[in-house]
Amino acid sequence: MYGGGNTFEAPVKADGLENEDPILLAEFEARIARGEKIEPSDWMPALYRKQLIRMIEQHAHSEIIGSLPEGTWITRAPGFRRKMAQMAKVQDEVGHAQLLYSAAETLGKTREQMLSDLINGKSKYSNVFNYPTPTWADSNVISWLIDAGAIVNQLANAKGSYGPYCRALDRICAEEAFHLKYGHDAVTHMATGTPTQRRMMQEALNRWWPAIMTFFGPADKMSTHTEILMRWKVKMATNDDCRQQFLDMYVPKIWELGLTLPDPNLHKNEETGQWEFTEPDWEDFKRVINGDGPCNKERLAVRRAAEENGAWVRRALLSPQAKYVKPLA
Amino acid sequence: MNQAALKNLLYRLADDQLILGHRNSEWNGLGPILEEDIAFSSMAQDKLGHSLQLYLLLNQLGEAEPDTVAFTRNAPQFHCCQLVELPIGEYDFSLIRHFLYDHAELLRFEALGQSSYEPLAQVARKLKGELKYHVLHANTWVKRLGSSTEEAIARLQQSLDYTLPYALGLFEKTEQEEAIIAEGIFIGEDALKARWEESIRAILSQTALQMPDLQILTPVYGGRTGEHTEFLQPLLDEMAEVFRLDPTADW
Repeated sequence: MYGGGNTFEAPVKADGLENEDPILLAEFEARIARGEKIEPSDWMPALYRKQLIRMIEQHAHSEIIGSLPEGTWITRAPGFRRKMAQMAKVQDEVGHAQLLYSAAETLGKTREQMLSDLINGKSKYSNVFNYPTPTWADSNVISWLIDAGAIVNQLANAKGSYGPYCRALDRICAEEAFHLKYGHDAVTHMATGTPTQRRMMQEALNRWWPAIMTFFGPADKMSTHTEILMRWKVKMATNDDCRQQFLDMYVPKIWELGLTLPDPNLHKNEETGQWEFTEPDWEDFKRVINGDGPCNKERLAVRRAAEENGAWVRRALLSPQAKYVKPLA
Repeated sequence: MNQAALKNLLYRLADDQLILGHRNSEWNGLGPILEEDIAFSSMAQDKLGHSLQLYLLLNQLGEAEPDTVAFTRNAPQFHCCQLVELPIGEYDFSLIRHFLYDHAELLRFEALGQSSYEPLAQVARKLKGELKYHVLHANTWVKRLGSSTEEAIARLQQSLDYTLPYALGLFEKTEQEEAIIAEGIFIGEDALKARWEESIRAILSQTALQMPDLQILTPVYGGRTGEHTEFLQPLLDEMAEVFRLDPTADW
């Protein structure tokens, strides 16, 4: 996972572009139109740089914050097989954060600045992680369906225009494919298991479904105008497209397991080929994004404590007295 | 082969690896840098895998399945030393524990590679290849932080002083010690401790850290015979929280 999903966009103003060199801008746009990748040392408009930093940074934050709700279940995972897999899966997510912070750093913002903005609330992460995971089954729902949602988004973004981000996403998607299998396997065991397991899984799915429906962000009709970001291949698919693709791929799989979804209006309109559903509560979504969700404070508090408790280590590493030790000398 | 002696040794080895693996995994999301979250997770996965291999050896000797053994016993039935039970604390403690523990484990499994019990010898030869990297990781960080800022050196020294008595508990002998040595299953705790002391001294001497006199320290014993700190039972309760919800379930 976990990132992708909705990128919280500030209103994109195409003004400011008049300050860019029109010849360079035209060449830049022509390269993107030809399908070329933009590399860190290439010329790029300031707005492109800013939007990419915002997007990659949010994705990286989503990976580390997203590792917390599932991480809670590492120490509780039932049996050796699950315990080892859960650890490996969550470790991958932290590794993704590392890759993504490195990709964002190529655009000129340091990892320290990004983590500082996360803790100070200046920078967002995927909103779904502001909801609680009270049972093992909730963790399984994340492993399967949130990861599935993220893959839909990330496969699209991997075809974007910024080289370092695309390459990071290619590697991330390869690992995500395993997570999806792991999540599906865990959910299948629960959904076809004992009555206790089936009840746990159904309850977890009921809890998570509203959040899953908001995962790709507000409906296109309510979204900020993103035409220029699409043209620059920063944003590769609309929120609605991603949501439809996700529903198409996963609702049948959920139903196949004998699970139900808590939306009586959810069905595929065979004439339009589109899924129809009860409109998610976007007011609640906004409220949670803006800090008033059930777990916002807890998640950031954990991150802040980690930063504060580890500060002495980072100071020591930067100290001029520190002798560099070759890791595998 | 003296089965009672062999099982006694295997339980100690397996329980140590399981409990420290579990503790290491608690660093998820909390490391001082992301790379350390990842490293501690890798080591946790290895240690969990090691404990599984050892519980499988016990299973072959007639003990219950690994999941049952790991997830259903209570603290008094565990044979781990108290060192591995202690909460992760701050990074300096976890690093020092990792350093002291993994030096001992690498040497232990190197010696076990020669065990007269061939199935254990085979497992040990495989495990030591992984433990080598755990030791390299610990050495890298102890050398780097142990020669950096006053703050870091003071923290590491304090953790070293605090942790060493617990680390000596790694070498607590049980009533099976003589049989274990006589049967050629293992070289014995005294021999291992001597090698360990030499091994950690060699690294600490390259830092600003002072090695306390081990002779005057009182080792923290008891773990090998089921006497544990107050921290072990809550760890086991948490570990088995889901498993115990429905003991008939396949998770």
